[in-house]
Amino acid sequence: MRSPTIGLEVHVQLNTASKMFCGCSVEFGAGPNSRVCPVCLALPGALPVLNRRAVESAFAVALALHCQIQPFSQFHRKNYFYPDLPKGYQISQYDVPFSRNGYLMVETEQSHRRIGIIRVHMEEDTAKMMHGRSITEHAVTSLVDFNRSGVPLLEIVSAPDITSAEEASAYLTELRAILRTLGISSGNMEEGALRCDVNISLDAGTRAEIKNINSFRFVRKALEYEIERQNALLDRGEPVVQETRHFKESSGITVSGRTKEEAEDYRYFPEPDLVPLEITPEWIDTVRQRLPELPEERRRRLHEMGLFPAEAATIANAPELARFFDRTLSVFPHGKEIANWLLSEVSKTLNARNCTIDEIPLRPEGLAELLQLVHRGTISSKIGKTVIAEMLATGKSAGEVVHEKALGQILDPETIRGWVQETLAQNPKEQEAYRLGKDALFGFFVGQAMKRSGGKANPELLNRIVKEELEKQ
Amino acid sequence: MKVTTEDALHIAQLARLRFSPEELEVLRRQMESLLSHFSQVSELDTTGIPPTSGVLPLVNVMREDIARPSLTVEDVLRNAPDREGDCFRIPAILEEE
Ligand SMILES: [Zn+2]
Repeated sequence: MRSPTIGLEVHVQLNTASKMFCGCSVEFGAGPNSRVCPVCLALPGALPVLNRRAVESAFAVALALHCQIQPFSQFHRKNYFYPDLPKGYQISQYDVPFSRNGYLMVETEQSHRRIGIIRVHMEEDTAKMMHGRSITEHAVTSLVDFNRSGVPLLEIVSAPDITSAEEASAYLTELRAILRTLGISSGNMEEGALRCDVNISLDAGTRAEIKNINSFRFVRKALEYEIERQNALLDRGEPVVQETRHFKESSGITVSGRTKEEAEDYRYFPEPDLVPLEITPEWIDTVRQRLPELPEERRRRLHEMGLFPAEAATIANAPELARFFDRTLSVFPHGKEIANWLLSEVSKTLNARNCTIDEIPLRPEGLAELLQLVHRGTISSKIGKTVIAEMLATGKSAGEVVHEKALGQILDPETIRGWVQETLAQNPKEQEAYRLGKDALFGFFVGQAMKRSGGKANPELLNRIVKEELEKQ
Repeated sequence: MKVTTEDALHIAQLARLRFSPEELEVLRRQMESLLSHFSQVSELDTTGIPPTSGVLPLVNVMREDIARPSLTVEDVLRNAPDREGDCFRIPAILEEE
């Protein structure tokens, strides 16, 4: 089998309030052309002004990817004609991107490898085009919505260090976890907040590029298909053609796009409407100090707390879950127990209701209160499950539910002793048999006494008292 | 400075413009004379002068990330050659197949 060489180029939409160079709102799902102004529509005379938050979000990503941020950076115009580009050029970065030479640690079942990041740069998004859809007499037509024009984008270019479809998928998963943890993008591929171009060759031969894949699953499928296709070509002694291919979601295959007749000629030149960026170490430090704990560190911390690697990953890679976990932990310092409940009872509800943890009526303090009751033995963990179901359904606190349903465990030894004595008095024959050596009857007495308590006696206490009472006889 | 017919044709293509051979020849000669004129700049001695792409003594001009009202959809579409609903309508751009 030939070895694949894979590089990924990821475009990330930043979740700023306004666009990269104008004040139009960046809001997913607004009506067509309702978030457009002279700047992002390229009306004559309109001038771009850079969005500070977009720049600082970009710094945060570059730092999280261990990139070197350059002291001097500027924007270039990338010139080409396409109807989604009203100015006739895209404001992008060319030979002086603001950062380069980073890496991302990527873990699969087989390996834990360092994937190089060649560069991260800023640019603006293009308008959205819809093809061949017409409600009028025009048979074939294209429609343009400029809401997306000028939305801030980051382009993150990996080195061709990735060696399998699985590793490509792991790279994207880790990258998305970082973007979400930084809070700078929704990372939602279905909404187009994350888009991926892939290039792949076998044995460092000619490479094919697959453009604009819009889900993690499809990236993996497209790569698996492409590895198979290129292998088959080479087996037959045919060459791989350097070309752009498209992934067909319906059939799971890639098809040839138009091969480039001429090399692209974007005639990059410095954007005269924007002044350069001078990036001081102080500026970088301010951004660095605001960086949250990143997924890798967080996984390690949770793992050291006793969580299994898969549990640690599930919590650490989802920032809202991680926040919930940490807030619970601050009042109930038993990570493993929190994880057990968060990943079973709570996750079940999230899946069933198809919502996030911020949308259910359970707060970290509420979960902590419940876990405290279980931890102290006031209720058994089995009853705890009933309680949390009620909490999730009604929004009541653990204390309220336990009180209303009288679910608390009985911890008073004398009350329990009463039940035990009644049990023994009613079963003289079994007592006799026990004394003669039928040890298995111990469990019978415990069970009978537990029944008398309505299931509420604390099990350890009950065991101890049954033993004491039997020895007295 | 020499500009070939191929150079002129390439630039016309990039600009999505079509010319007759006669027009192209006129433009080729004009470009040639323009470039020759500007090539005088490279005769200047620039030793010790750092390269620059702007003349403004400014860096880091930024605005805060605050959303402002956009144009109304009607204003946005005012100059549209054609529209459908709230979208610009243009000749079909087919997805590469
Ligand atoms: Zn705008």
